[in-house]
Amino acid sequence: MSERWNKMSDQGQEIDAYNFAYLDEQTKRMIRRAILKALAVPGYQVPFASREMPMPYGWGTGGVQVSAATLTPEDTFKVIDQGADDTTNAVSIRRFFERTAGVATTDETAQASVIQTRHRIPETPLTEDQILVYQVPIPEPLRFLEPSEVETRKMHSLEEYGLMHVKLYEDISRHGEIATSYAYPVKVEGRYVMDPSPIPKFDNPKLSDCPAIQLFGAGREQRIYALPPYTRVVSLDFEDHPFIPSKADHACDLCASRESYLDEVITDDAGGRMFVCSDTDYCRTRRAAATIELNSRDMTEACS
Amino acid sequence: MTPLLQVRDVSRYYGPRIGCADVSFELYPGEVMGIVGESGSGKSTLLGCLAGQLAPDAGEVLFDTRAEGPRDTLKMSEPERRMLGRTDWAFVHQHARDGLRMGVSAGGNVGERLMAVGERHYGEIRTQALDWLGRVEIPDDRVDDRPRAFSGGMQQRLQIARNLVTGPRLVFMDEPTGGLDVSVQARLLDLLRGLVREMGLSAIIVTHDLAVVRLLADRLMVMKDGRVVEGGLTDQVLDDPQHEYTQLLVSSVLQV
Repeated sequence: MSERWNKMSDQGQEIDAYNFAYLDEQTKRMIRRAILKALAVPGYQVPFASREMPMPYGWGTGGVQVSAATLTPEDTFKVIDQGADDTTNAVSIRRFFERTAGVATTDETAQASVIQTRHRIPETPLTEDQILVYQVPIPEPLRFLEPSEVETRKMHSLEEYGLMHVKLYEDISRHGEIATSYAYPVKVEGRYVMDPSPIPKFDNPKLSDCPAIQLFGAGREQRIYALPPYTRVVSLDFEDHPFIPSKADHACDLCASRESYLDEVITDDAGGRMFVCSDTDYCRTRRAAATIELNSRDMTEACS
Repeated sequence: MTPLLQVRDVSRYYGPRIGCADVSFELYPGEVMGIVGESGSGKSTLLGCLAGQLAPDAGEVLFDTRAEGPRDTLKMSEPERRMLGRTDWAFVHQHARDGLRMGVSAGGNVGERLMAVGERHYGEIRTQALDWLGRVEIPDDRVDDRPRAFSGGMQQRLQIARNLVTGPRLVFMDEPTGGLDVSVQARLLDLLRGLVREMGLSAIIVTHDLAVVRLLADRLMVMKDGRVVEGGLTDQVLDDPQHEYTQLLVSSVLQV
């Protein structure tokens, strides 16, 4: 394979410094072993030898390494950052793999076979043919309560998760409700408590029983964890304060969707604001469909 | 009556040095045992061995579990031992900040053990936390404050509430009044004495303060260089010390 990629050209110039998808084959093997182990023990954080990547920590070095180990030349790749395909992080990671792997890329969720995401799950339901790769800043859900890694590992292995509820208790006592709105802790198959990466809690229900493979990569913290397809994922809560997946109580100002997660966008200095879908592909698809419907209605009316 | 705790020949070495050696005793339900001795006499090592925080090099520690009767805690699996640690046992540290979560509110600190054993009803946890704060004389309106904002004595009382909320049967205390001024000490001792009597707790109290054991302990063990040199009823040991070290210890107490 390497010969093929040695010949891969970039803007007319020959480059022979990179293996397919940047990482060398040994590294990819090591990452794949970690991924397989993670899939075998859903929610368990598997340590792996995270490499230096040509981007700063916090920009998705974990997700990029998982994507690199997952991609094949036939894949179609999509990258989203907070739901959008056109933000800096998404654009640079997409270009990175265009250049180092030469894979096809797309903005359309349904067309992609591998989707790397930062902080969102696409609105369009995923399928069994897809892999969703999350970028994770801090994989340990207990970290802010228990600073010792030795201790948190022990807590995971002994299933001592009382502390996680202490955090939710603190939320209610201070704010009157569970104020954690992103990175909301979940329990996987009744065993491991997992940080779903900083996705809004609105997305939490989509984690459960998802047909796609979900992989989580934390580069700085050197951990990979995973949810195999159709895994049961439950958001933690109290009996008298149940989990509520919340979103802005509004419709999208562009596509009028009431189902999708919304961003609030400030439009001027006079207090002007609008709510738009955070998933740009979902919003665009809906608007395109609405336009076609309008046009065809016009056509029908014109003909009659 | 079955002893709650039977300790047999517990020894712990730090390399060639003795931490504690050949310590044996029995503790019955409702009994309070004091362990006194100077710094470095092995009191804390012994307490650590009994509470499962240190692994002794030799000996047995049999605890009368609710379900299966006396079992050697040293041979239990770690999950079992840690389960005991948050249900039937309690450990009050000398420094409250070792035993508290300083970044978590007082209510959360008290509620942690409840949540750890599976309580999942916020209202219920809150009610119990308030009840316990009341019992250790912390006002209701401090329930959402963090322990950082508490005085040393309040922190120590909060630690006690946090430990006793699950109704343990055996409490380990390591210098519970250390570092507190005498009036605060007196109130804390009063409180502890009340709780021990009211809940029928058994307790092992390690201290170098003879006044504390005089007030709290039914029985007393005196340690020197890792070994028990004298034991017996508290008043008997303190009023009629037999071993020369105990005599020294008793006569060293400052009279005001």
